[in-house]
Amino acid sequence: MNSDVFAPWEDPQAKPLIQFQNVTKRFGGFTAIDNLSLDIFEREFFALLGPSGCGKTTMMRMLAGFETPTEGHILLSGQDIDPVPPNKRAVNMMFQSYALFPHLSVWDNIAFGLRRDNMPKTDLEARVEEMLRLTRLEQFARRKPHQISGGQRQRVALARSLAKAPKLLLLDEPLGALDKKLRQDTQFELMDIQEKTGTTFVIVTHDQEEAMTVASRVAVMDQGQLKQVATPDRIYENPNSVYVADFIGDVNIIEGRATATGDEAFQIDWAEGQAPLTATSSAGVSNGQSCHLAIRPEKVTISAERPADAINAIQGKVHDIAYLGNLSTYYVELANGTIIKAQTANTRRISRRSFTWEDPVWLSWTATAAVLLAN
Amino acid sequence: MRRVLLIAIPYVWLLALFMVPFFIVLKISLSDSALAIPPYLPTLDLSEGWAGIRNFFSQLDLENFVWLAEDDLYWKAYLSSVKIAVISTVLTLLVGYPFAYGMARAPEEWRPTLMMLVILPFWTSFLIRVYAWMGILSEGGYLNQLLLWTGIISTPLTILNTPTAVYIGIVYTYLPFMILPIYSALERLDGSLIEAAEDLGCSRLQAFWLVTIPLSRPGIIAGCFLVMIPVIGEFVIPSLLGGSGTLMIGKVLWEEFFSNRDWPVASAVAIVLLLILIVPIVLFQRNQQKQTEAEQ
Repeated sequence: MNSDVFAPWEDPQAKPLIQFQNVTKRFGGFTAIDNLSLDIFEREFFALLGPSGCGKTTMMRMLAGFETPTEGHILLSGQDIDPVPPNKRAVNMMFQSYALFPHLSVWDNIAFGLRRDNMPKTDLEARVEEMLRLTRLEQFARRKPHQISGGQRQRVALARSLAKAPKLLLLDEPLGALDKKLRQDTQFELMDIQEKTGTTFVIVTHDQEEAMTVASRVAVMDQGQLKQVATPDRIYENPNSVYVADFIGDVNIIEGRATATGDEAFQIDWAEGQAPLTATSSAGVSNGQSCHLAIRPEKVTISAERPADAINAIQGKVHDIAYLGNLSTYYVELANGTIIKAQTANTRRISRRSFTWEDPVWLSWTATAAVLLAN
Repeated sequence: MRRVLLIAIPYVWLLALFMVPFFIVLKISLSDSALAIPPYLPTLDLSEGWAGIRNFFSQLDLENFVWLAEDDLYWKAYLSSVKIAVISTVLTLLVGYPFAYGMARAPEEWRPTLMMLVILPFWTSFLIRVYAWMGILSEGGYLNQLLLWTGIISTPLTILNTPTAVYIGIVYTYLPFMILPIYSALERLDGSLIEAAEDLGCSRLQAFWLVTIPLSRPGIIAGCFLVMIPVIGEFVIPSLLGGSGTLMIGKVLWEEFFSNRDWPVASAVAIVLLLILIVPIVLFQRNQQKQTEAEQ
């Protein structure tokens, strides 16, 4: 592994900044977090991703100190922080609603946390100015929160939570209230600021694109459990379950029965009258085991004739076309009624599109394109 | 045209029901007391024409206002009214704020009920409720009975006909006017603001002081004015609970009108009272206006 690449999670010597040790959190009879263990390292940009109600916000609130684990412990720099109240933790949070104090100016909002530490006046002023510069808010310092735009408010919230130079910054859906264009710009700004300050960021989001863009590692959560924790590319390319594959991006899931044909090579029988599919997998799949095959639509090639060298090829007809401008997704119906999605980049003008509705087409993909998931 | 008509309605209302009576009172305050019906002079006689009107105006003077300034009874009564109003406003705030805070923090499904309980006393006549307090506070009243029974005191306390009784009566009567505006300010308070304050290093108490109090300030100000303005002119509570020892301008006004039948002096008292009240009323209006602007 290249030592320049930031990947402390691959280094067994690295000491995690945060450790969840078998943490369980129950609200009455409802289990929000179920026996969860997780390490987050210093300088990481860690994303908690999942549908609403999966427990990601509860994890964040436990880190901030607003909730305490029912069982297990959370360690910050090796210290158990369960008994530490929120105001004594070196952890700051950027709230989803931003929670800016409406009666204070932008300047005073940013200075709020520093004042609680009784920071000397000159240091405090210097720090606030630094934060204003970092978030490009200098000319709005005297305004009240209701006098600035949503994007500016978001930056004030970020500046305020960064002002105390926390060991850990928590971001609860930080970009949720922004429109799409602004959100994309802000994502890069966030990454930039994270790099500049060297703070560990933990972001909670339900937007997978956002998580993939900003994070060094992504944890996909469901019903209080971690489904997979990995870098964005591994999550996308090597999902470890149908749930993760389905949650992140678009995917075709084919159900079948695997038969080993060689070293890490498998043959999957999936439908009556269809040729078996070929896939490789390093995961141990036993003979005859029922399995799922996950194939990303952009890895499926669509063509009029059967490609001569294709390992996996199936025939169908175009059922529907979703035209997205830069991409087109073809919904191809197979003889048995299954719909397979194939995505192509629209490199040519739409008038010269090769396929249209009801055209018979061939779908093909390589042996390594699909991910074989054991049940 | 329709807009002019629409605006005209409140103005006509104000003119007929506020400005006209005000000018009548102002006119009486400039007249002299007389044994007649009505008990003051001069009266306007339009049958004499222009000369009558001139004659009428020449008889008006500021004599009664001079009298108010010279007799220390009046300004003492004004001062004492303002003092009682300020003290009882502070007391009402101290009692009312925890009420409002508790209501705003109560589970959502409880809030309408709690609100109902605050407004409930209005269902009974104000006069009857003040009389009820006489029964509670008198020497042989329920309060003394309770205190004697529990053994906290050995001789009954004299509460009725003292300033203490007046304060109790005022705080009790005006409490809803304090609670409701503060409650409405606190109810809108975003809970994440308190969490944000704690996250940034505040203790619970600091967060309350630095966030909750400033954000409920419009409610506090509104509540204080709603209590203080009517209390300055309050008449029923001091006369029923305060006895002869409590000097309040509302009581003086009543006595001038109905015991002395000196309408001109009573009117002068009323005019000066109105002038005193204009200051807090204007401040109150400005507070309300600022609040609506901030919400937009």
